[in-house]
Amino acid sequence: MDVLVILIPISLLLGMLGLIGFFWTMKNRQYEDPEGDAVRILRTDYDDHPAP
Amino acid sequence: MSVSEYPGVAACAACVATPGAVSRAAKAAIEGGRELHLSLPTIHCAACIQTVERGLLARDDIEDARVNLTRKRATVRVPATTSDAQVVAAIAALGYEATPLDSATLSAGESDKAARDLAMRLGVAGFSMMNVMLLSVAVWSGAADATRDLFHWLSALIAFPTVIFSARPFFGSAWRALRVARLNMDVPISLAILLALGMSLFETIHHGGHAYFDAALSLTFFLLAGRYLDQKMRSVARSAATELAALEVPTALRIGESGPETVLLKQISVGDILLVQPGARVPVDGEVISGTSEIDRAFLTGESDPVLVQNGAAVRAGEVNLTGALQIRADAVGENTLLHALADLVSVAEQAKSKYNSLADKAAQIYAPVVHLLSLAAFAYWVWATGGDIRHALNIAVAVLIITCPCALGLAVPAVSTVASGKLFKSGLLVKHATSLERLAEVDEVVLDKTGTLTRGTPRLVTDLAEDDLAVAASLASVSGHPRSRAIVAAATARGVQWLPLEGASEHPGMGVSAQMNCQSVRLGRSEWIGAGDDSATVLDIGGRHIALSFEDALRDGARELIDALNAQGKKVTLLSGDTPAAVGHLAADLGITDWRAGVLPHEKAEFLAQRSAAGARVLMVGDGLNDVGALATAHVSIAPASALEATRVAADMVLVSTDLSRIIDAMRIAKSARARILENFAVAAVYNIVAIPLAFFGLATPLSAAIAMSTSSIVVSVNALRTK
Repeated sequence: MDVLVILIPISLLLGMLGLIGFFWTMKNRQYEDPEGDAVRILRTDYDDHPAP
Repeated sequence: MSVSEYPGVAACAACVATPGAVSRAAKAAIEGGRELHLSLPTIHCAACIQTVERGLLARDDIEDARVNLTRKRATVRVPATTSDAQVVAAIAALGYEATPLDSATLSAGESDKAARDLAMRLGVAGFSMMNVMLLSVAVWSGAADATRDLFHWLSALIAFPTVIFSARPFFGSAWRALRVARLNMDVPISLAILLALGMSLFETIHHGGHAYFDAALSLTFFLLAGRYLDQKMRSVARSAATELAALEVPTALRIGESGPETVLLKQISVGDILLVQPGARVPVDGEVISGTSEIDRAFLTGESDPVLVQNGAAVRAGEVNLTGALQIRADAVGENTLLHALADLVSVAEQAKSKYNSLADKAAQIYAPVVHLLSLAAFAYWVWATGGDIRHALNIAVAVLIITCPCALGLAVPAVSTVASGKLFKSGLLVKHATSLERLAEVDEVVLDKTGTLTRGTPRLVTDLAEDDLAVAASLASVSGHPRSRAIVAAATARGVQWLPLEGASEHPGMGVSAQMNCQSVRLGRSEWIGAGDDSATVLDIGGRHIALSFEDALRDGARELIDALNAQGKKVTLLSGDTPAAVGHLAADLGITDWRAGVLPHEKAEFLAQRSAAGARVLMVGDGLNDVGALATAHVSIAPASALEATRVAADMVLVSTDLSRIIDAMRIAKSARARILENFAVAAVYNIVAIPLAFFGLATPLSAAIAMSTSSIVVSVNALRTK
């Protein structure tokens, strides 16, 4: 059970990373145009004017 | 760098000598660019995005373009030199229709910070719930002693900050209710979350076996999901409604010392002289001081025939000027206009409407006290049964509170409303009020307005003219922008007649059009001007031969289907119009409406609606005019077409964006279905409580069973919501 001392902090850290990532996407307004993003990703050309 | 390229800069000789200054000036011009928002109603696919963005970026007069497919909008950054019309034309050339939106109106309404805030709280709650649930699985699978305590402490570490952050909306709402000594759904929710946390912490400290950290978090998560859906649904409707408002830029042409200038409505003061161009709306109440024209009062009174106005005539905000330019002097602005008086009428009726008790409110009123009493009873019973073991009794009381907590109830209504409003949005209706779907489902009577609602408000030529006469009439009519002229031109185009050469065609504002043809004088206009009578009919005069032309208001798409379907459903249909008895009676007979009233004044419309509701009828009012505003606000539920003025749309509960009236039938069906789903969801929640409460009451509930029961009931109600058709 000693392994918990290492594993639990690691898992919490990874979880925090995910949460920070989520905060970042919210702050970056990445949920403004879900429909547009869904079709944009399938475009064959390079989108050289990404959302500001 | 030639002088002709920068005429403004070249005016200063020193500037030409310093090219740096010129390039700085050019750069400043670009930085001085502006952002333009456009509505693109027809875009729908990846290719559309690509065409519009590429096409716009390829142009020199546009700096940047970004399409938002979800909102069907484009944000375009242009230099200050590019006009709105240029951008619209550029998009039109690419094959899409575009309408500029008023940025000020958009940004005022678009602060959907609340939705983002809720999403953030929901995300945090979901993340913590997953982690605590995983830790709990270890406890449920038999972790004991030190390991269990460790996992409980870890859960507490995650749960406390999460609840403080994520559950704040519930605490705030519960506190506001308690402060005025009321109970709402958030009171048992907050109490359950706080008690569960407190109890679990106490148990953890004393090495107990049952901790409800996961329950407290899943409660927060599921209920926030309900809140989020609710918020999302309303923000979609609000954003679409703001878009409608942003289409009407509130400006007027004021005649200043240096000619007409465009000013914002709120800058106009009493006594200002305003210019109203043909085709434009009268911006404020006022008096005509020069010019002659005909105005369309349909919005205000429901009359479909245009009215002649001359010097000294009073005009009201919202009327449309048809033929000649008018100069008016503003008599009343802001709070003194008729429009504002109508808005007051609306706010009075709105207060009455906010007293409507939604299904969710009714459920909460029964639910909240019952939960508290049960929990208290469990506590009292177990204190007595165990002979004073308060810790055990409190444990069971918390279990009862958690198990009965309205997870399913909190989701039942928002999930159904979200699905239903999504469906309505697709079929062209915006739901503005949260409870209007429920109210629409209860409708048993329908009251309709005529002009602009059942009819399009644009005339259609019904007289069957000989081909030669029609050719004369159409050639004359093509000079004017009057709705009746356009109707004649449309009729002629449909028949494919040849245009005739006219000489000296000129429009006499408010009267008609005259010209010379083959040395013969031809005229088209009001009969008193032609000299054929003194009514407002339209007469064609070919060298002294008079032909009277009659028009009728064209029906809106789907009007017939709507009336037929309502009659088939046995709903009473009434037509209330401010128009003349002849026009109303003709239309009513045509559509099969037996109950109609003509010449109804605005306050009479509202009184009629009030009478019906006093008689116990639940009336749906459909209307577009300012004369309908009172009635729309008084009705049980109301719908206004998108073509209505903003004041009318504000008063209505729903806005019909589609031009097809028969969508109202779909809306009523969807509303009925939604109501059925909500009731089913309540039934599911009730059955779940009937099973779960006795188990919790007698101390058989464990954190594991609470977690399973809570998730299952939430999923069942969400899936049931998807059945709304």
